[in-house]
Amino acid sequence: MIKMKQKKLIPILVLIAIGISFLFADTKNTPRLGQEITSEEIAKWDISIFPDGEGLPEGQGSVHEGEKIFQSKCIACHGKNGLGHTADQLAGAQMSLTSQYPEKTIGSYWPYATTLFDFIRRSMPMNAPGSLTNNETYSLTVYLLYLNNLFDKDGKMTAKELVEVKMPNQNGFINIYEMEIIHK
Amino acid sequence: MDRKNDRYLKENQVAENGLLDRRLFLKKGLQFGVITSLASTVTISSAKDKQSTSQNKSSDLTWMHEPGKSFSTYGLPSKFEDNVLRYPSQNEAVPGNGVSWTPLHLMEGAITPNGLHFERHHNGVPQIDPKKHRLLIHGLAKKDLIFTIDDLLRYPMQSKTCFIECGGNSNSGWNSQPSMAEAGYFNGMVSCSEWTGVSLSILLEEAGVDKKAKWLIAEGADAFAMQVSIPMKKALDDAFLGLYQNGERIRPENGYPVRLIVPGWEGVLNVKWVHRLKLSNRPVMARNETSRYTELQPSGKARMFTFVMQAKSLITSPSAHMILKQSGLYQITGLAWSGKGKIKKVEVSADGGHSWAEAELQEPVLDRAFTRFRIPWHWNGKPTILKSRATDETGYVQPERQQLLKERGRQGFFHYNAIINWHVDNDGFVSHVYDKDETKKTNSDISIDSDWN
Repeated sequence: MIKMKQKKLIPILVLIAIGISFLFADTKNTPRLGQEITSEEIAKWDISIFPDGEGLPEGQGSVHEGEKIFQSKCIACHGKNGLGHTADQLAGAQMSLTSQYPEKTIGSYWPYATTLFDFIRRSMPMNAPGSLTNNETYSLTVYLLYLNNLFDKDGKMTAKELVEVKMPNQNGFINIYEMEIIHK
Repeated sequence: MDRKNDRYLKENQVAENGLLDRRLFLKKGLQFGVITSLASTVTISSAKDKQSTSQNKSSDLTWMHEPGKSFSTYGLPSKFEDNVLRYPSQNEAVPGNGVSWTPLHLMEGAITPNGLHFERHHNGVPQIDPKKHRLLIHGLAKKDLIFTIDDLLRYPMQSKTCFIECGGNSNSGWNSQPSMAEAGYFNGMVSCSEWTGVSLSILLEEAGVDKKAKWLIAEGADAFAMQVSIPMKKALDDAFLGLYQNGERIRPENGYPVRLIVPGWEGVLNVKWVHRLKLSNRPVMARNETSRYTELQPSGKARMFTFVMQAKSLITSPSAHMILKQSGLYQITGLAWSGKGKIKKVEVSADGGHSWAEAELQEPVLDRAFTRFRIPWHWNGKPTILKSRATDETGYVQPERQQLLKERGRQGFFHYNAIINWHVDNDGFVSHVYDKDETKKTNSDISIDSDWN
């Protein structure tokens, strides 16, 4: 007898649960049209790279390779040795951040080396963004770090070495948003 | 007659040098016949508008004697308004990298027409086929979800009239020489539209926000793949996915088919062509939140994540390059806005900041939207300086230039919101000036305007 009752009870409970979920959806009054997507598909989209290295792909690069790519694809806008032209100065800062004419280069200003990889791969070069391979991006990243005296000329770079690069100006920023939240 | 005028002006003066009661236009309009008809002669100096007097006879007005043009499928401005244009300023090597300024000095009211909304692109305007566009929400959520534009169009919509201002608007103010451009062409990287779309909180809740998700990383589907980090608190509070701008679908240069709207916060966070939102426990530290859109201070440290656009105001007429043709009555008008809420008051000075009077605010005064202000002014024909000063509902008061420079130095590049001076000379010519004591000791400086990359 008890078993019979339980059997009847289960469908009733299921119906109640469905009813509650409908009620919940109704309160939101939204059609809930989002389609679930697999992590393999997301991997094709997700090109964000974090300072701790999350998102960095396989691959490696060298200063030598990076210099070659820079000469052919970057120098026209960023100038010889990244000293700047129609685009940002990337290296060779002479004037400090507290001077009258501060030079904000990768070496003097950028807080994280991973940002270089993320930005080069997604946005550069401007006439063909997204065209660089992961290896080419590692090479350009390490070449620019080398120009800023932050990497050895003969060094090889993979995700591991990139995360380990400590940028001189990493502590040069004040997080205004968090400060204001704390003071509230 | 003259004595009557003097008495009338004295009775209605609310601050020195001819600023009159703001209610005069509304309530006492008729009495203005007493002093003089409103001088409608604030003109742009370059305008050539000489008309032959014979045109005043209706028989010579050809458009009254022949049928007009037929209907049009999409209306355009009058050909006589062909000077009301955005002013593009771009990187010589990359034409799609730069800005175009809204001509605020040629406009009235509080809404920016879609074709005049300012632009800031990093690598051009993508021509996106809405059928191929997808929005992905993923990361620290129960489900990773993908939406089509047709999906988004089925969700309940909301509208908000709000300004969007580039963090770098008015940045020539950091220079030691005042910009000589027209008002809109150095302050017009701000515009105001009615945006309509889907609340982000609805879609984020559909995905199921993990408690650890404190930041939302947004990315655009342009060639730059523009990426920024936005606090989840703000994303859930009032951010939304804009699909319509002033009633029509968003223009390509403003993010078609879908743009993130983050009311009151820096323009760069209002990601155009948005196609990916990643829920994260920390910011991604993208290029445009580290090496750019941060403000170097005199200490050598830089302000970062300075999201809110603080209160600001600007007299749009009379303003730089305009000419007051004769002494008499003018309307001073301009715009004020604050990223923190409603504008509470706008004060105007016609004597270089010694005395101030409250301007009339155009109703409705909306949260984080353009607020149009107006006040009548009797110009006595002598040189003077006009200023406006906004106060928002939090009590924040727009700073004088010297105060802002003292706090931030000159290398911040972003978030310049100081009071702007318009100098009126003997001939009625209006120009942009800094305070006298600064102009004396200035030397040549690099031009910040050219530094868009």
